Amino acid sequence: MDIQTWTFLIVGLTFALYIGIAIWTRAKSTKDFYVAGGGVSPLANGLATGADWMSAASFLGMAGIIAFSGYDGSVYLMGWTGGYVLLALLLAPYLRKFGKFTVPDFIGDRYYSNVARTVAVIAALFVSFTYVAGQMRGVGVVFSRFLDVEVNTGVYIGMAVVLFYAFLGGMKGITYTQVAQYCVLIFAFMVPAIFISLMATGNPIPQIGFGSTGEDGVYLLDKLDGLMTDLGFTAYTDGTKSTMDVFFITAALMMGTAGLPHVIIRFFTVPKVRDARKSAGYALLFIAILYTTAPAIAVFARTNLMETVQDTPYEEIPPWFTKWESTGLIAWTDKNGDGKIQYLPGSAIDGGQPQFVESRGSSGQRMISNASTSPNELYVDRDITVLANPEIANLPNWVIALVAAGGLAAALSTAAGLLLVISTSISHDLIKKQIAPDISDKKELWIARFSAMLAVIVAGYFGIHPPGFVASVVALAFGLAASSFFPAIVMGIFSKRMNREGAISGMVAGLAITCYYIARFKLGWIGNPETATEANWWWGISPEGFGTVGMLVNFLIAILVSRFTPAPPEDVQEIVENIRIPSGVGEAIGH
Amino acid sequence: MDSQHRKKYWKENLKYLTILIFIWFVVSYGFGILFVDELNTIRMGGFKLGFWFAQQGSIYVFVILIFVYVRLMNKLDKKYKLDE
Repeated sequence: MDIQTWTFLIVGLTFALYIGIAIWTRAKSTKDFYVAGGGVSPLANGLATGADWMSAASFLGMAGIIAFSGYDGSVYLMGWTGGYVLLALLLAPYLRKFGKFTVPDFIGDRYYSNVARTVAVIAALFVSFTYVAGQMRGVGVVFSRFLDVEVNTGVYIGMAVVLFYAFLGGMKGITYTQVAQYCVLIFAFMVPAIFISLMATGNPIPQIGFGSTGEDGVYLLDKLDGLMTDLGFTAYTDGTKSTMDVFFITAALMMGTAGLPHVIIRFFTVPKVRDARKSAGYALLFIAILYTTAPAIAVFARTNLMETVQDTPYEEIPPWFTKWESTGLIAWTDKNGDGKIQYLPGSAIDGGQPQFVESRGSSGQRMISNASTSPNELYVDRDITVLANPEIANLPNWVIALVAAGGLAAALSTAAGLLLVISTSISHDLIKKQIAPDISDKKELWIARFSAMLAVIVAGYFGIHPPGFVASVVALAFGLAASSFFPAIVMGIFSKRMNREGAISGMVAGLAITCYYIARFKLGWIGNPETATEANWWWGISPEGFGTVGMLVNFLIAILVSRFTPAPPEDVQEIVENIRIPSGVGEAIGH
Repeated sequence: MDSQHRKKYWKENLKYLTILIFIWFVVSYGFGILFVDELNTIRMGGFKLGFWFAQQGSIYVFVILIFVYVRLMNKLDKKYKLDE
């Protein structure tokens, strides 16, 4: 069978599975819809959290980012896993004991204030929408690449599928679908990785393989460092970012991870406090399988690329090269006219993507109109690192189809988790808690369903008409979560003295300074865009890492303000006492 | 439940947290970032040690830390009869 048939078959089967699960796990109450009835086992929740967490960007993009940034890519590896330690130790067990449905629930009750609740709702909506816009686009891109449809058609198909199980099952449907999606995505990620590791080093475990020797008896990493420094690149294992910046970006991603509402609410779904702790451990274990494999794939892919293309005449290049060239993900300009490919530091093109023209060059390559003046002749889209793996390793067609199903599973599961946060924020935090407290459970369930529908439509709109800032989404979402939720929740648990005034002013100050910095240096909306350069960054911290500063500002302002304002009332201090004790969780569930 | 009992439980919990968070900080920010160059002079097979901590070791330690915490807390809950 050819790739196309295999892809339709495997993707079709997995979709049928997801839809079957959705029908089987319909939500019957708001508790089912918001927190899957609070009855998910820690293992299942760990699997679901893994799928929820790992997006199309983790599945397709991360190995590529690491392959092309070497040591600098470590910020994502440590940043997106280390946050789970904070979750397990500082947040999840206490929030589970608190036992409500959402993050704004906690903020609103702990800080006895609807203003605090509203600030939290706005922050949750903002974080989730910026994040989901990128995800829906990702869904469309994966569909278009594998099923050969338009990107927008891909977004529509994705919307329909997510809508189906979010509408029917809410958190319950999403959770059990995500369990299946985790299995699909990790299998799809590991199979090619194991084969490639075997081919490159003879060791089937990629995590060990990339520290082993190749056929020539040289350690793979030493060989790669040598190849790169010979051509003027920084050594793969050294990196180019300043230590300060690496430190701050890693911290922002960690605190941001621990503060993301769609991650936190996952721990409301398990029955007991001890389950919340354990389930965070499982989640990180399942995430770590992919996250420790990605750097291995990165090394195999980068070495392979450097060895294969360097000074190779275009006529002798392997077929995968020309295949990806025809999709526009690889471009080559023969700048020195020798008919061979030179891959050197610097960008081969001006602007983000190559602009192809109709004609062909003297070697038969596709010509582009925006070649740069840099001697580097080769443009490679980072996403092909994972996509091209099975072909480079000559794996059978069904493996390539499996990677497609894995990419779709990753994209859909993350989008669904985010959409749930958005719909819950609207139906529970805004309507039930503030506008119409008297509505019945049944009515609230229907409102939740319709807000899910609304959220899918809005997210789909952003997927089809991506706003200009989508590229900065990661910095924005993590920075905002780190500078708002993380400090407010941690202080709410660990300080009995922290009060309404402190928490609100802390969140507002943290959010404001982070938004300002990103608008100033990442988006160029404030101030002179020409001075929005690295040289003017405060203390050499990039916008990606500024969430850490926002978090520190939040802590500082909150503690200062709370010192000069009255302590929280008795009953609130009682809440804090209570969430610190694991027993008696049954009474706290529900409204 | 008297408040003395709760206070002691909370204090022990905080002690565990401090130790585990310290290890968390040392393996990632310490070994992987601040002292990466020093550690890179040491080798472990094909890996420079600092690089290995940044891309592999820290993640393994994170997983272990959570499961250690789960064990410690389950024991502590039992000791103070706060388990369910």
